[in-house]
Amino acid sequence: MPHITDKRIIAVVGHYGSGKTEFSVSLAFQLAAAGEKNIAVVDLDIANPYFRSRERKEELAAVGVEVSGSAYDCEITAELPALASWIRKPLENPDMRAIVDVGGDNSGAKILNQFKKYFLKDEHELICVINRSRPETSTVDGALYHINAIENETGLKITALVSNTHFLMETTAEDVYSGWKFCTEVAKAKNIPVLAACCMEREVPALEEIRRQENEKFVIMPIGLHMRQSWLDRKL
Amino acid sequence: MSEKVLMKGNEAFGEAAIRGGARFYFGYPITPQNEVPEFMSRELNKRGGQFVQAESELAAVNMAYGAAAAGGRVFISTSSPGFALMQEGMSFMASAEIPVVAMNVSRGGPGVGGIQPGQADYFQATRGGGNGDYHIPVFAPSTLQEAVDMIYEAFEIADKYRNPVLILADGMMGQMMEPVVLPEQKEQLQSEDIASRKPWALTGWGGKEKRSTVVSLHMKPDVLEECVEKLFVKYRAAEKELVRYETHDLEGAQVVFVAFGTMARIVSEAMEMLGEQGIKAGMIRPQSLWPYPYCAFDEIDTATTKVVISTELSMGQMLQDVNIGVCGRWPTDLIYRTGGIVPTSLEIVERTKKILEGLKK
Repeated sequence: MPHITDKRIIAVVGHYGSGKTEFSVSLAFQLAAAGEKNIAVVDLDIANPYFRSRERKEELAAVGVEVSGSAYDCEITAELPALASWIRKPLENPDMRAIVDVGGDNSGAKILNQFKKYFLKDEHELICVINRSRPETSTVDGALYHINAIENETGLKITALVSNTHFLMETTAEDVYSGWKFCTEVAKAKNIPVLAACCMEREVPALEEIRRQENEKFVIMPIGLHMRQSWLDRKL
Repeated sequence: MSEKVLMKGNEAFGEAAIRGGARFYFGYPITPQNEVPEFMSRELNKRGGQFVQAESELAAVNMAYGAAAAGGRVFISTSSPGFALMQEGMSFMASAEIPVVAMNVSRGGPGVGGIQPGQADYFQATRGGGNGDYHIPVFAPSTLQEAVDMIYEAFEIADKYRNPVLILADGMMGQMMEPVVLPEQKEQLQSEDIASRKPWALTGWGGKEKRSTVVSLHMKPDVLEECVEKLFVKYRAAEKELVRYETHDLEGAQVVFVAFGTMARIVSEAMEMLGEQGIKAGMIRPQSLWPYPYCAFDEIDTATTKVVISTELSMGQMLQDVNIGVCGRWPTDLIYRTGGIVPTSLEIVERTKKILEGLKK
């Protein structure tokens, strides 16, 4: 798998709809497939009523990834702000890798405040996912507004960006490339790196070709559509 | 200029309403449509309109009634139990001939139900959820692009018929992400132009010979009967003009599914899976639920079709309309999930095969 970060705690924030959950779940599957043990996904999204990473608990458990989040797990579907006490285990256990899927926008990221002590020892990456096809983060100023709002709400510094510009099944490799370039502009303003450009598996060859032609050096991270039922992409 | 963006359903609904010229939105939060009022509270005032969070759905629908009676272009949205509360207003507005576009992002019921997707508000939407003799045109999108286009057009339909129009989507559509091409911003009707464009609206006496009034109370039965008959002249026209549907692969089909909204997309995948197993399936996809596309059933392939299956996230509410459309020509059956459960395509395939086996016996 492509190298993203060596940090033990990887927390994922961003504007809602940017693809935080697909990125988090894909990262967990890829780390597991690469042979890493003791991986946990911590689902802190208590704002979204649908499409939550804990809905993939069984599939992740099958590859050895623990999932924790709501105290009610998936048994009830209400968006109750009730977190299980055991979500602290992967955050506290130095032998575990924790992928923390945080809710959208600054309002969803607010929850990180109570877990601040895990973000003081420089063993974390706080990643903001940027998707330029979302209207509110389609300009550098718009993306910076969201990044700054999340930083102000949590008092934490975002340490890196991940580019995830896409139009679902209508995405082209050119969309991914121009989204990555856009993301580097945003990153430059914050003086932080862009860790990867995410895309679907099928776009990888074309994107590699563009990367070669343009003489660029970004990491390509293929991500799956784990959260999305295939019928959602049926053309009628 | 049209632009393609990736939007969450609820955001796209709000954006489509603003671009369709909506200047007023009144609402009360309810899952799974909370992003609509959230979006409107942020966007509408910036773009020349007014957002008001009401104290309840009942208040919201009556604010809509008032603003639309004054000639404003109004959008309201809610989810199932909230729309139940709004029914008084829908009946009053239909009676008083007031155009409003309403959206129900429906969830599981009855009662408070749950927050996962449902289609069990079909009767409420199509049979008149409020009191009295009236109808509301109901459109049911299956994709976010279709939802955007329907909302955009719904304002014109509401104005033309001087009647509320309902967009019935389910929670899945409200919560899902999809690329959409947004239409151009329509010019908002400004207050000073309302009197000339909507002469029936309440814009003040202004020295006119005859003042405009908006009423839904008629104490003389013969006057009330006349008013209702006048409404039904409009409804008869709507039944001709507003029927919308699509048919898919009806020719040579053994099984014909009837499905709307989210279910139509699952059925579409199930049709392909059935085809791979040698069972040819077709679909009628109603886009208007009132008026219902009964005429679509005349396109069914008489030579090959063995059964017509209503496929719904409710306990057979649409099956009644399917039976009217089928008119005894083929056996009908039902595939459903309810309570907020969305079936998989495989589940539909398996249930269809069981239905076909049952027919052989």
